[in-house]
Amino acid sequence: MEVQQFYYDNKIVKKFLYASVFFGVVGMAVGLLLALMFIFPNMTDNISWLSFGRLRPLHTNAVIFAFVGNAIFGGVYYSLQRLLKTRMYSDVLSNINFWGWQLIIVAAAITLPLGYTSSKEYAELEWPIDIAIAVVWVVFGINMIMTIIKRRERHLYVAIWFYLATFVTVAVLHIFNNIELPVNMLKSYSVYAGVQDALVQWWYGHNAVAFFLTTPFLGLMYYYLPKIANRPVYSYRLSIIHFWSLIFLYIWAGPHHLLYSALPEWAQNLGVVFSVMLIAPSWGGMINGLLTLRGAWDKVRTEPVLKFFVVAITGYGMATFEGPLLSFKNVNAIAHYTDWIVAHVHVGALAWNGFMTFAIVYWLLPRIAKTQLYSKKLANFHFWIGTLGIVLYTIPLYVAGFSQHMMWKQFNPDGTLKYGNFLETVTAIMPMYAMRAVGGTLYVIGVFVLVYNIYKTMKGAARVEDELAEAPSLARISPSRIRGERFHAWLERKPVQLTLLATVAILIGGIVQIVPTIVVDSNIQTISSVKPYTPLELEGRDLYIREGCVNCHSQMVRPFRSEVERYGEYSKSGEYVYDHPFLWGSKRTGPDLHRLGAKYSDNWHFNHMYDPQSTSPGSIMPGYKWLYENKPMDYSETAAKMRVMQKLGVPYTDEEIAEAAQAVKAQSQKIEDNLKNDPDFVKSYEASRKAALEKGESFVPMSEREITALIAYLQRLGTDIKVKEEK
Amino acid sequence: MLKFIKHNMETITGIEIYPVIALLIFFIFFSALIIWVFTYRKEALNELSRLPLEQEEEEHRNTNILKP
Repeated sequence: MEVQQFYYDNKIVKKFLYASVFFGVVGMAVGLLLALMFIFPNMTDNISWLSFGRLRPLHTNAVIFAFVGNAIFGGVYYSLQRLLKTRMYSDVLSNINFWGWQLIIVAAAITLPLGYTSSKEYAELEWPIDIAIAVVWVVFGINMIMTIIKRRERHLYVAIWFYLATFVTVAVLHIFNNIELPVNMLKSYSVYAGVQDALVQWWYGHNAVAFFLTTPFLGLMYYYLPKIANRPVYSYRLSIIHFWSLIFLYIWAGPHHLLYSALPEWAQNLGVVFSVMLIAPSWGGMINGLLTLRGAWDKVRTEPVLKFFVVAITGYGMATFEGPLLSFKNVNAIAHYTDWIVAHVHVGALAWNGFMTFAIVYWLLPRIAKTQLYSKKLANFHFWIGTLGIVLYTIPLYVAGFSQHMMWKQFNPDGTLKYGNFLETVTAIMPMYAMRAVGGTLYVIGVFVLVYNIYKTMKGAARVEDELAEAPSLARISPSRIRGERFHAWLERKPVQLTLLATVAILIGGIVQIVPTIVVDSNIQTISSVKPYTPLELEGRDLYIREGCVNCHSQMVRPFRSEVERYGEYSKSGEYVYDHPFLWGSKRTGPDLHRLGAKYSDNWHFNHMYDPQSTSPGSIMPGYKWLYENKPMDYSETAAKMRVMQKLGVPYTDEEIAEAAQAVKAQSQKIEDNLKNDPDFVKSYEASRKAALEKGESFVPMSEREITALIAYLQRLGTDIKVKEEK
Repeated sequence: MLKFIKHNMETITGIEIYPVIALLIFFIFFSALIIWVFTYRKEALNELSRLPLEQEEEEHRNTNILKP
């Protein structure tokens, strides 16, 4: 057999890992800033693009898609070439993958702080960026599959199966969750409404965790851990079972994010059953990883890279134990909307994804630069300060989560809520938020140590060059060899068939859950009193989306005595039929807002949005002063927005659309009139009018400013069925 | 608990067959998986699990070749 010489592309690996570290620093620094905002809510007062609601999606997107995403690409490009004994199929595609992905990240870093968001968690980016993501992702897939096709190694190692499943599933999820109708280049509405949008979103959201944060990293674990420990994986059989059962079960589990919500009960139960079953493959994989180190535990003592691996895999085990636990309905009733969930995802992100990325960076970069790590001591320091950071981050939030649960649900003997004021439940956990910020700081310090260590390592090293390798070409198998070949051997050398089978495995769950909810009408009740938003409310809702209110406020009152007592009548699926997109939220840093409408006066909202501490002392909500600026709200697209809504099935008549401007004017004038009931408002309003005129500026009446539209929306919330049902 | 599920599903025609299909899908899936992994030849598995390590051995060979 002819032995061929070729070069492994190491430069692309280096680029991706550098990008991962760089965006890791950025994403985690933003996270730290957000953690500090819990303690100092007004630290970025009056700077709209540094407000919590806009930065939180930036943090999650930066960490998931920039830090972890680049680490995945780097890790895959290195291991794929070696497992297949060939260079990547195309350098051009590799570079399109790299530069395209970085461009998307930069686009996200610009648009999110400016408030361009679709508001669906981990899928906030607007539609042109979504399309770019799909294109770059497909480029990655083509590059990977073509590399597999021209390989020099007959069999596909299990890590590659995980990579293939990642590619296919993320593509499916991303496309179906982001089907939107655009209003303009930077604004679109989800084609799904309310319950359906929620189901599709959490089918996506959960599986983004599964197939972006888990399966590619499992693939990396199956390659790098044996490689670094220099022993084969504990059980290859187990890894096969791990792969197929994991991808088959994971895709069904999404509805556990929507327990006790207005989602049809059968879909909720299905989600629970599959989430609980998931413990088996997850722990199988974790055990397989840890036992790979059998007989090598002495190396763990001296080798920081292996230490990172052990904590990463342990973190995976903890997070995947917690996941099924959290999806039990009674546990979920406790944990949902609390900081427990934040702790849970950070065990996954900081330990599993973070530590494994660090391990790969520490091991891989010196290796491709043909040098040694600058300082093992510093790497050890990073390990310990990072681990301490994880502990100090998560434990306070577990405590906070339980405190929230207990305080939210505690009743007095006379049947009233013990902590009727939501604020009490916030101020009680402030020390926990402070400790979380300390934990986060330690973790970020660790990352800075890594940056220094890697800088010193790479500075003194040789330039990273492509690496010469040789391997025999892959001969066609003679028919006599295939005779008697078993199914697995056949499948494992057929990448296309393997990919198709994996696709079938993931599609079954998606189809069974999502299709009936969208097709079967009886799953969502229709309520005759539920009407579409007025043009002004629709515009106000878009402000609510722009400012990211959904990051801290839910709009879903669950059918519990404590919640009905606190917020009002529990939410019905039929109330959301015109909500494109849904805004149920997933966290209650502040109270639920679904029954907010008509609860307070317009003046209360006016004062509260300007300076939350003035109406609610001790509140950790930031002010939204830019909504009050002396400039008119942009209503130029109202009709276009309504027309898009009309296309999506919201029953706006053509007249309503034609008269949108008048409707806006009438409703906003009414709000301004209401505001004038407050003598304080009249006084300061007149004073600012005078000030503006003296300066020679034109004065925009309050009714034409953004805050008025927002108040209109807030006052509408949940009122469609409210009036009659209250005593 | 089942009454909630049933209520929502009554409108689907031929619903009775669904649990049977579900059971079959799962039974076949996991049986096939078990059969798959346990009919593997031990040597083949060992060979496969050494795939990430092979490189190591080759690299050593390469560096030895390159050394003058």
